[in-house]
Amino acid sequence: MSTGNMNLTLKVWRQKNTKDKGKMVDYKVADISPDMSFLEMFDVLNEDLITKGDDPIVFDHDCREGICGMCSMFINGRPHGPKDAVTTCQLHMRSFKDGDTIVVEPWRAKAFPVIKDLTVDRSAFDRVIAAGGFISVNTGNAQDANNLPIPKAQADAAFEAAACIGCGACVATCKNASAMLFVSAKISQLALLPQGQPERYKRVQNMVAQMDAEGFGNCTNTGACEAECPKGISLENIARMNRDYYSAKFISEEEG
Amino acid sequence: MSAINSNIPEGELTTKWTKFKSSVPLVNPSNKRSLEIIVVGSGLAGASAAATLAEMGYKVKCFCFQDSPRRAHSIAAQGGINAAKNYQNDGDSTYRLFYDTIKGGDYRAREANVHRLAEVSANIIDQCVAQGVPLAREYGGLLDNRSFGGTQVQRTFYAAGQTGQQLLLGAYSALERQIGMGKVEMFTRHEMLEVVKIDGKARGIIARNLITGELERHFGHAVVLGTGGYGNVFYLSTNAMGSNVTAAWKANKQGAFFANPCYTQIHPTCIPVSGDHQSKLTLMSESLRNDGRIWVPKKKDDTRKASEIPEDERDYYLERRYPAFGNLVPRDVASRAAKERCDAGYGVGASKLAVYLDFKANTERYGKIEAAKAGIQNPDKETCMRLGTAVVKEKYGNLFDMYAQITGENPYETPMRIYPAVHYTMGGLWVDYNLMTTVPGLYCTGEANFSDHGANRLGASALMQGLADGYFVLPYTIGQYLSKEISVKAIPTDHPAFAEAEAKAKGILDTLIGIKGTKSVDHFHKKLGLIMWDKCGMARNAEGLKSAIAEIQQLKKDFWSDVRVPGSADEYNPELEKAGRVADFIELGELMCIDALNRNESCGGHFREEYQTEEGEALRDDEGYAYVAAWENKGDGNFELHKEELKFENIKIAQRSYK
Ligand SMILES: Cc1cc2nc3c(=O)[nH]c(=O)nc-3n(C[C@H](O)[C@H](O)[C@H](O)COP(=O)(O)OP(=O)(O)OC[C@H]3O[C@@H](n4cnc5c(N)ncnc54)[C@H](O)[C@@H]3O)c2cc1C
Ligand code: SF4
Ligand code: FES
Repeated sequence: MSTGNMNLTLKVWRQKNTKDKGKMVDYKVADISPDMSFLEMFDVLNEDLITKGDDPIVFDHDCREGICGMCSMFINGRPHGPKDAVTTCQLHMRSFKDGDTIVVEPWRAKAFPVIKDLTVDRSAFDRVIAAGGFISVNTGNAQDANNLPIPKAQADAAFEAAACIGCGACVATCKNASAMLFVSAKISQLALLPQGQPERYKRVQNMVAQMDAEGFGNCTNTGACEAECPKGISLENIARMNRDYYSAKFISEEEG
Repeated sequence: MSAINSNIPEGELTTKWTKFKSSVPLVNPSNKRSLEIIVVGSGLAGASAAATLAEMGYKVKCFCFQDSPRRAHSIAAQGGINAAKNYQNDGDSTYRLFYDTIKGGDYRAREANVHRLAEVSANIIDQCVAQGVPLAREYGGLLDNRSFGGTQVQRTFYAAGQTGQQLLLGAYSALERQIGMGKVEMFTRHEMLEVVKIDGKARGIIARNLITGELERHFGHAVVLGTGGYGNVFYLSTNAMGSNVTAAWKANKQGAFFANPCYTQIHPTCIPVSGDHQSKLTLMSESLRNDGRIWVPKKKDDTRKASEIPEDERDYYLERRYPAFGNLVPRDVASRAAKERCDAGYGVGASKLAVYLDFKANTERYGKIEAAKAGIQNPDKETCMRLGTAVVKEKYGNLFDMYAQITGENPYETPMRIYPAVHYTMGGLWVDYNLMTTVPGLYCTGEANFSDHGANRLGASALMQGLADGYFVLPYTIGQYLSKEISVKAIPTDHPAFAEAEAKAKGILDTLIGIKGTKSVDHFHKKLGLIMWDKCGMARNAEGLKSAIAEIQQLKKDFWSDVRVPGSADEYNPELEKAGRVADFIELGELMCIDALNRNESCGGHFREEYQTEEGEALRDDEGYAYVAAWENKGDGNFELHKEELKFENIKIAQRSYK
């Protein structure tokens, strides 16, 4: 089947559903090629489990290109595994050694309940966006795009913030399960663009309120989120969001 | 007499759409509130449609199988989106975009649809920028453009190598806004398994809640499928793992014709297969061909490293064969040329199934420009390479990183190895000018329909089509149908048609679980993929296709008697989801081969070895095959062919030449 010669021991979190307590289970995998991605290694294991009549391990994934943000798991205590700036689907087995024991667990956060095995529910992120992570423009009302020149540096900065894939690694790794990095990335993207100005301060208030309502914790500036973010989203975004949040309070007090 | 009517409005090509828009019947606001629309899919096509329809006042339900609409496969598009803005003042126009698309599609697309696409393309960019999509800018603050294959103008807008991501996040945020306002009800982790028809019209769907396994009934006055492409029929492709044909296939079984299934786009610049463990192939954006030169050694079975092969021993075969377009020929042409060189023994890398994509020359050229800007006189080669690398990094950094991540090689130092891979499916549900299928009230948008691209899609056109359909076309055309439905009250879902459709869906799930065979779903999927790639892939012939059909029929029997699906149907069970999708892929694979066998010509992504020019180029038969092949499903693997004649009234059909 596979083409390599790595033998590994996996310790994987198995949990039947949200109510089940869950536990770690050991598996052996053999003949793993260093060219396989971590998820392909899981495919091999699952194929094996199915043939033996066991239940395969459930994990989220789709694009396998590091862009959809769907794959999510703790590998040896780090979200998306030992390498910096990659998602699990882009992590390759050459990052491990023959004979390694690898511990695999789901994202941990109250706002991300486990659905099954390694799959968690991240719909809280969508609800935060629905609360204000957009520009209120209806289809068909736009002016010519070049009537809105945007300095390159500003457009690039907005793009960098917009590159967040919504994976949730920032939440999972934070000791407070804070969603600040994710939320601030969206807030920054829109705050850096002229189109985002009219709703800028209302947006930050609405999104922060929803973030709190979802049960995410607060930011205590530990920086684990930035360190583990596969897309290099910067802590500066959190600073920008905080500034906007306090300005927003001030503005609404003035207006009130 | 054909059973299909494309409903193309009368009149001159350039005025058809404007006239249509100003004469189409409208639905008044209070009626819109009582009309319900189901949108299946939340990619560019689905999300843009769902958001826009909700803005207009309709009640919308939107479905996707991922955990969030933001993860639809559109997120993965890399290179860019076309629009006839002529911002570069290089002679672009609506007509030129229309012309390039018709020619690029090898004269197998419908003129009226393509012209409309070109017309609305400019509005798409405006819409996305207004939403805050950070498209690339020049230093002066204006939008930047690059070129893609098959064109000689720069009309492609982009956001680094993450254009699809940014465009989808734009459409997703518009959708979330409507969800937040309660105007769209979103069903994530739901899979549509059946279309419900009442009195011949589409009136709803059966969807499975993927977490609980429960089957749900949903009513809609109309149903829109924006469910993406079916390239995963080949197992290995650039598509996301979940992409599938199920929704379109179930619709086909309910009477929606499936058009041009055999038109598959093979993308020339993908990372080659490295071993049989591989679950998917990764695209290296076509935009790389702007700055990468493609070559193979002139000597057969050359085992030297790329750096050891001197300039005069390299064959830049695209530049040699197609001097006018060079490395920027369309995808089908570039893919076949790579296959031709590898088949002839000039391939590189361990598998010999790869060619080089080399950035060195352009890196050095950029470096010279940068040096001049910095006032460095007579820069040495090393300085040029250093400065040039920074420029290349800025343009394609994430793609280079991805390549390094997957192959373990550094593309800044050695040329990339690339090979063609299955990428995009031009076929799909047949739709008329209104994007309605042959089932009244059932619409299809984006990659899931067949329209606009003909036998080959030019790069950066799929994103354009998805958003055109969702933002600017469907919201108008669907009104024509719904204006006649305002007196129809919501049909309760205890209607027998719902019960029947649900029973059908349940029957399939129970059967799959009940087989308890010995082989995994992936086992069958891989087998199917190999048959399809070998016999209905980059090149086909009658004999191969006939044997493929027989092999697929056998595979179908084996699947339904020996597949093993663990677990049960009333829980979260991804293997069961996969099983249903592979079952549909097997049936579709057979139809793809039937369609390929029927088309005795070569065109675009369909290359029949029997039909080629002396120089090995595709040889069309416009007398015999200038039609859309629309297949009606008669059950049990029987299909009836309906033909939509294609009339070229504005463009003269010509031999497609890029020389
Ligand atoms: C790697 C890659 C790069 C690309 N780069 C470019 C590019 O640079 N430029 C370009 O123009 N095009 C590009 N394309 C093509 C383009 O991305 C796609 O054609 C386009 O995004 C398809 O959009 P869509 O909305 O039709 O479908 P998708 O984005 O695939 O969305 C399908 C939706 O349907 C849902 N769905 C499917 N089936 C069901 C079901 N049964 N029940 C419920 N929901 C269902 C899914 O959940 C999803 O929400 C690229 C494609 C790939 C693979
Ligand atoms: S900020 Fe980074 S870690 Fe957090 S969701 Fe976005 S991409 Fe993932
Ligand atoms: S599967 Fe899409 S980011 Fe990993």
